[in-house]
Amino acid sequence: MTFLPKPKLHHPKLPTNTVGLTRRDYEGAISTLCAGCGHDSISAAIIQACFNLSLPPHRIAKLSGIGCSSKTPTYFLGAAHGFNSVHGRMPSVLTGAYLANRDLVYLGVSGDGDSASIGFGQFAHSIRRGVNMTYIVENNGVYGLTKGQFSATSDKGSVAKKGAVNTDQPIDLAAIAVQLGATFVARSFSGDKEQLVPLIEAALLHEGAAFIDVLSPCVAFNNHPGSTKSYDYVREHNEALNKLDIMFNRQEITVSYAPGEVTDVVQHDGSVLRLRKLHEGHDPTNRASAMHHIMDRKAAGEIVTGLIYVDPEPSALHEHLGTVTGPLNALGDAELCPGVDALAKVNASLR
Amino acid sequence: MKPTDITSPDYFHKVVDCQWACPAHTPVPEYIRMIAAGRYADAYMVNWQSNVFPGILGRTCDRPCEPACRRGRVEEEPVAICRLKRVAADNKGDVSHRMPAIPEQRNGKRIACIGAGPASLTVARDLAPLGYEVHVFDGAAKAGGFIRQQIPRFRLPEEVIDEECGYILDRGGVVSHMNRRVDSLKGLLAEGYDAVFVGSGAPRGRELDVPGRQEAAANIHLGIDWLASVSFGHVTSIGKRVIVLGGGNTAMDCCRSARRLGGEEVKVVVRSGFEEMKASPWEKEDAMGEGIPILNFLVPKEVLHDNGHLTGMVFEKVAAQYDEKGRRSLKPTGEPDVTIECDDVLVAIGQENAFPWIERDAGIEFDRWGLPKLNEASLQSTLPQVFFGGDAAFGPKNIIWAVAHGHDAALSIDMFCNGEDVTKRPSPETQIASQKMGIHEWAYDNEISLDLRFKVPHLPTDKSLRDITAEVELGFDREMAFHETQRCLNCDVQTVFNAKTCIECDACVDICPTDCITFTENGEEAELRTRLKAPAVNLYQDLYVQDGLKTGRVMVKDEDVCLHCGMCAERCPTGAWDMQKFLLETAKPKAHACHSR
Repeated sequence: MTFLPKPKLHHPKLPTNTVGLTRRDYEGAISTLCAGCGHDSISAAIIQACFNLSLPPHRIAKLSGIGCSSKTPTYFLGAAHGFNSVHGRMPSVLTGAYLANRDLVYLGVSGDGDSASIGFGQFAHSIRRGVNMTYIVENNGVYGLTKGQFSATSDKGSVAKKGAVNTDQPIDLAAIAVQLGATFVARSFSGDKEQLVPLIEAALLHEGAAFIDVLSPCVAFNNHPGSTKSYDYVREHNEALNKLDIMFNRQEITVSYAPGEVTDVVQHDGSVLRLRKLHEGHDPTNRASAMHHIMDRKAAGEIVTGLIYVDPEPSALHEHLGTVTGPLNALGDAELCPGVDALAKVNASLR
Repeated sequence: MKPTDITSPDYFHKVVDCQWACPAHTPVPEYIRMIAAGRYADAYMVNWQSNVFPGILGRTCDRPCEPACRRGRVEEEPVAICRLKRVAADNKGDVSHRMPAIPEQRNGKRIACIGAGPASLTVARDLAPLGYEVHVFDGAAKAGGFIRQQIPRFRLPEEVIDEECGYILDRGGVVSHMNRRVDSLKGLLAEGYDAVFVGSGAPRGRELDVPGRQEAAANIHLGIDWLASVSFGHVTSIGKRVIVLGGGNTAMDCCRSARRLGGEEVKVVVRSGFEEMKASPWEKEDAMGEGIPILNFLVPKEVLHDNGHLTGMVFEKVAAQYDEKGRRSLKPTGEPDVTIECDDVLVAIGQENAFPWIERDAGIEFDRWGLPKLNEASLQSTLPQVFFGGDAAFGPKNIIWAVAHGHDAALSIDMFCNGEDVTKRPSPETQIASQKMGIHEWAYDNEISLDLRFKVPHLPTDKSLRDITAEVELGFDREMAFHETQRCLNCDVQTVFNAKTCIECDACVDICPTDCITFTENGEEAELRTRLKAPAVNLYQDLYVQDGLKTGRVMVKDEDVCLHCGMCAERCPTGAWDMQKFLLETAKPKAHACHSR
């Protein structure tokens, strides 16, 4: 058995973005995940989003833990910085990297096992602290690498491939992220790139803790009747809250909507998140409304997707701590070794 | 759009661009894979079955397959299909035992073929193994027609012609009547043949009609006649300064021959621009490589002579102008005329059909251009037992078209002799078979080579110009040939989609290196083409559409730049994509005879 690399030849009309790269330039090595894995679609969506935003790949840091999902950073952004951490410890490594160099774009990729079980605490604290990052959980409801045991996000009553029924309550990571103070929370589905790509773009632009829970069916162990995370089940129960368009500075807004149908969220960098409302009674800028809506629709047996909550004025950890404005690697000797007088001052303040 | 009917033989045939473009529909990727595997004799026989003259065509074909080659759309240049064919011929060894047996028992039918060129020889090749007694007539001493008389030896050695004509003429069932020019169709018909095939070519070179032509006639030669004289050894020298008129392949052969017979300053002068010249790009390149300039936009005005002795030619400068319908005309620029001094002029400005030996009351109708009125598919003339093919049918074309006509005419003759309706053409034979051997294993090599086209080695010019019989192209050696075969995209290994098993996971969409696959709402073709993952702008290439998906969407695949790498099928979790090899063989009299038995 061999895995041939994806042929380098590409479509003759493949477009380039403003930094002169094609979408193919954002790819990584060939995926070794199972054929049909939802995670590969998420990788493709990340590639598309980074291309669309014209992000220079070398200014992105992708970090992950352990699991099928955490293997995926190898399969996209081959020219980005990467760190494959201990199981469940991606958030703390990411926090550290972010503190050391605030100029990079941080992309944390994790799974339901990595973030809802072994790394649950790490997940919670990185969100709570407001680390400026995009945190993507590739959520398939099972432990794929160990052959399909229920994970902590598996719904109560969901049936495993061999017939066992899950009796535990699931963790809803998106709901918890809203509660923990994430300033951008979304949920999407690996099989719906039209929804997923703009959400990833918006999250990458968001200057605060952005969290996306992506339902990503496991074709090998969780894509059968009775599973609540199969392609068929998610498609049947998917309730999109809104449709997201992102508009950048100077971009003309030509489409007009009836009042009340559209919410424009102007972000820090001037970009506009234009949300076309598909659900009554959901205000994406109101934390309590978002929380209520998730619970309400869940009780009705629906899976809500789309942009659940966004704070147009987010703040991030560096601002909270009042740290220096540049990356630590740009500090000169004078800043790093301010001298005896400065030390004396610090010591005096602690007496 | 309606779902694509992939059971129609044309659908997948069209995806195999090279085979579709080949008039004889040679299964190109199939024989290229054989060459890659070192199966040269097998590759030769696949060719021989379709195009009858692999060794000849491997050196001289007009290669309609190459501009069509998909590789040329995803990379810079097409696969060197023609030169790979020659590799099969060069390395095949003895294939005589693989030729079809000629039965001792004849079927009692006698067929006459007029002219021993590629069209007639193809008819003979197809009919002799069925028991027909085929009589081939030609005014020349040896068979081959245009191939032997007009193609210079430095492009095509005589042994290759002898060998490939021999496979047809020397194995029984065919009676050669060389040195016998047919001068009366009526007389021939009176000899009681069951059918007659006219493959007499376009034997007359077009004349130059400018003042001074007659006076300087001694040093003005018609290109094809001059080439024939060179070929037979009647002409062995030419003046130092030569003008060749014309922009086709015959002009290229003339100038390069002149260069080898003593022409030191040989110039090609063409009415049209460089791009519009009829000569194949590689022939122009070879001519220029031998130090022959090509002068464009010059129209012959006058032949200069001194007491009947040619001294030069005067040309008027023109430029191309296009009217509102895009039609081109050449208009004088008003610049001073150009005078070129010369010792000899070769006129290669076109060929014409001539049928002086067909009596006008023989029952064959001609159109106003002097060409026979034919049924385009069956090639039957208005006299039911007479069929035409090659240049004699629709005017000058090339060898591979002559072969294709030969096959069609042989099929018609077989049907005609069996009392069948020749207009009811049988369908081609097709086979399609999965290539899957494992999750990541296929019965074909699906790795895509990134090599650019390899150049065929040439004999150094200082050697090649000294000897008119020294073959210029040396051909690929086996190793180069192998690397060139790897550039073939295996377009005959088709991507076949089964909507019933698709779970719409997008794996194929994500992995496709050329963005061919889209899952979307159905629509009208023109509109659908605009909203695919990559816009489908090549309207000549079909969209493969399948419905029946759970979400109600359709799968749309733009065939245009598919690499046939099988990544979609490797990445498909349910086997909804499969790679299946599609083989097509045009209907031949053999298949037809089996069918009717």
